[in-house]
Amino acid sequence: MTDLIAKADPVYVTDALIADDIDAYLDSHQHKTMLRFITCGSVDDGKSTLIGRLLYDSKMIFEDQLAALESDSRRVGTQGQEIDFALLVDGLAAEREQGITIDVAYRFFNTEKRKFIVADCPGHEQYTRNMITGASTADLAVILVDARKGVLVQTRRHSYLTHLIGIRNIVLAVNKMDLVGYDQGAYEAIVRDYTEFARSIGIERFTALPISGFKGDNITTRSANTAWYRGPTLIEHLETVEVNTARDIDKPFRLPVQWVNRPNLDFRGFSGLIAAGTVKPGDAVRVLPSGKTSTVSRIVTMDGDLEGAVAGQSVTVCLADEIDCSRGDVIASADAPPQAANQFESTLVWLSDEALIPGRAYWLKLATQTVSATVQSPKYAVNVNTLEHVAVKTLDLNAIGVVELTTDKRLVFEPYVDDRTLGGYILIDKITNATVAAGMLHFSLRRAQNVHWQALDVSRDAHAALKGQKASVLWFTGLSGSGKSTIANLVEKKLHAMGKHTFLLDGDNVRHGLNKDLGFTEADRIENIRRVGEVARLMTDAGLIVLTAFISPFRAEREMVRKLLPEGEFVEVFIDTPLEEAERRDVKGLYKKARAGQLRNFTGIDSPYEAPLSPEIRVDTTRESPEDAAERIVDRILGHWMPTI
Amino acid sequence: MSDAVNRSTLTHLQRLEAEAIHIMREVVAEANNPVMLYSVGKDSAVMLHLARLAFYPSPPPFPLLHVDTTWKFREMYKLRNRMATESGMELLVYQNPEAAARGINPFDHGALHTDMWKTEGLKQALDKWDFDAAFGGARRDEEKSRAKERIFSFRTASHGWDPKNQRPELWNLYNARKAKGESIRVFPISNWTELDIWQYIHLNAIPIVPLYFADERPTVERDGMLLMVDDDRFPLLPGEEPVMRSIRFRTLGCYPLTGAVESTARTLPEVIQETLLTTTSERQGRAIDKDSGGAGMEIKKQQGYF
Repeated sequence: MTDLIAKADPVYVTDALIADDIDAYLDSHQHKTMLRFITCGSVDDGKSTLIGRLLYDSKMIFEDQLAALESDSRRVGTQGQEIDFALLVDGLAAEREQGITIDVAYRFFNTEKRKFIVADCPGHEQYTRNMITGASTADLAVILVDARKGVLVQTRRHSYLTHLIGIRNIVLAVNKMDLVGYDQGAYEAIVRDYTEFARSIGIERFTALPISGFKGDNITTRSANTAWYRGPTLIEHLETVEVNTARDIDKPFRLPVQWVNRPNLDFRGFSGLIAAGTVKPGDAVRVLPSGKTSTVSRIVTMDGDLEGAVAGQSVTVCLADEIDCSRGDVIASADAPPQAANQFESTLVWLSDEALIPGRAYWLKLATQTVSATVQSPKYAVNVNTLEHVAVKTLDLNAIGVVELTTDKRLVFEPYVDDRTLGGYILIDKITNATVAAGMLHFSLRRAQNVHWQALDVSRDAHAALKGQKASVLWFTGLSGSGKSTIANLVEKKLHAMGKHTFLLDGDNVRHGLNKDLGFTEADRIENIRRVGEVARLMTDAGLIVLTAFISPFRAEREMVRKLLPEGEFVEVFIDTPLEEAERRDVKGLYKKARAGQLRNFTGIDSPYEAPLSPEIRVDTTRESPEDAAERIVDRILGHWMPTI
Repeated sequence: MSDAVNRSTLTHLQRLEAEAIHIMREVVAEANNPVMLYSVGKDSAVMLHLARLAFYPSPPPFPLLHVDTTWKFREMYKLRNRMATESGMELLVYQNPEAAARGINPFDHGALHTDMWKTEGLKQALDKWDFDAAFGGARRDEEKSRAKERIFSFRTASHGWDPKNQRPELWNLYNARKAKGESIRVFPISNWTELDIWQYIHLNAIPIVPLYFADERPTVERDGMLLMVDDDRFPLLPGEEPVMRSIRFRTLGCYPLTGAVESTARTLPEVIQETLLTTTSERQGRAIDKDSGGAGMEIKKQQGYF
């Protein structure tokens, strides 16, 4: 240990006041601001070493940790007999063994002016998602370049991602200057290269520094080895650069409501983290998406009411008027409110091992709003190494693409470039609950205004009127073997006998023709239902009563079809047969095969069935015969829709 | 930067406070049955204070849960009961009945003591009351594997943690969705350091257990650790005699497992001063981290330890 300290540069002294005057020190520490930053670079660029150095120089490494570090360095270190600072940072056992950083690790240190949280982000391309995660909360990015290697593919990728996530403070740290003899020419060539590249992707400015994380040059003190360098040290720069919350204060007021505080009938407060701007009692505000206006009456805290609050603070505000406002709403300045829309163009970063399924519904969480959203096929994906646009059908893990998406409710939003909180969102898989994507909204699409449907001379009503019926879709859903087809067939026979024009769509007539290109993967099953839904809709345009009999296990897909049709024309018929009963009947012997592992993705066995929450009609086949059920369905639809024939 | 901007730039403690409150409110908005783990230590003290700020004027809409090992310092039990009364929150105390029946104790059973009373006790308590989200006071600066844990840390129905399968956590958007039986451990003060905790306690005059301050206390020295003889359950070895020393504690756990430091720091600023000038890390006084080489805590967490 003594050996190491002798080798190290003079230690960055956090503050002499700690020993001399602790009260004065506490007072200064209390007023420190906070900067969050990330370090990125490829595996050998020395990220972890740099962070280890920052921790060490700011006395954030204790003796016991140092002792552990020394023994670890000898055992698994990559620096021979020298201290391997990277081991301080690479936390998880798997990472220590493999010598690479897999996950984002957060580290903390202080200087006289600031507290720092640094996220150490992994370098490999397969960890793009981890880097995006670390970058999403950062005010600044330190992009490390090995002085011997210059600007590499990884450097470009990291710069692109950093810029994409909206970090405006970029530091180009040309590291390992000791290994190129502190050569000014080498440094300047790299800065020139990088300048050209940065401009091409829209990075307007960055700060370049020649450093050595390993030796400590220009980290905390100006290095004598780089007398030609006149700029700040890394720490000096980090201490003075502007943080995000400072910038957010100048924007119009935005408070996404997290929770309504209602301890009794006399108090109703709206709690949330102020995303942008400032607020004080008397300010005129508008609640989005309803658009209702009021004024702020109080800002309430346990230590008394506040005279004002700013972006970055968690507050509880009261309004002067009793207006509707709940979780998901946004309280905004009355004269500059954000927009609300339900169709968007967006950048999407795919974070999951399971690829995007276009057309499938995901949960979308943006600020405190959670809605159902479907993503169309990507317009293009970006090759993160070459930055070329590539035509793709889906987005795989770590892919970045531009997509259009539709939400089932209007979202209060801002373009991501203007507001990270109201422009950034995550997508959540409805079945596994995994966070599968991160998105950044560009702008809303007003497609309905752009695409004009061809007005048809013979309208759908005219088609139906000619047949003396009202068009509709009877959507039978239920487990395999529940009795869907049996009952649907009976219903169709009865309707036909009554002179109704019907058509039954089921697996047999659809799978052999229209959908013969589809298999049974999740994506194909969704596409199967989508096509059936579209065909059913065309048939209702033609005035038919359409019956469909598909397992259609996912609520999201059934809801998708429901939304294709005018209100009231989609009738969900839930054939409710318990799994044990369906399996006992096992008409086609499929359950047996599935149990034996010969059939994959079999609903009820290794794939879920999401029962309808409120079907228009429910049939319990353990209590009602198919004949009785069919009779009831016919009565219900004809009686309900056509009381007078 | 103008003065106006300077004045309105939040300090690091203000930002950390706002973040913790935001996290607690998200949990209350999205979880069915949250609970706050309350261990009576300084981190718990800060957590409880933040919870009261977050929901004022309502009391925090969740109970406090103390997973008790029966071996905590007496001063801890005293403060625990006082704070529950002051905050107006329900206090749930859980003691693993199996550990009690088998007389598991830190003197005779070593690691089994922590495993049965704390790890198993916690799992049993969460199952008993069907909690689906539990606030914990862990900080990322405490230990290497905690540096990588998410703020919303997802647990399987058997309370396991899979470090390789954590949900990405972007911006301040937390995904609290889970299947039945699964639960989430939530760490609102992940981004606080030990110094931040002390400073915040100092600024807000938050009550803490007096053991954090130096005083003359009866001690014995074992295996290089200074242990306090807190009650007469402490089995003295032949010839061993408690010695009065001026000591304090940097962390508080089961008294037979928690090492004291010799100190004369009797005020908070003096404690902070010692903390900043010290040369060993906070968890050094804890026997638990030293098991199984460097990965002690990571393995405990996978087994369900907080």
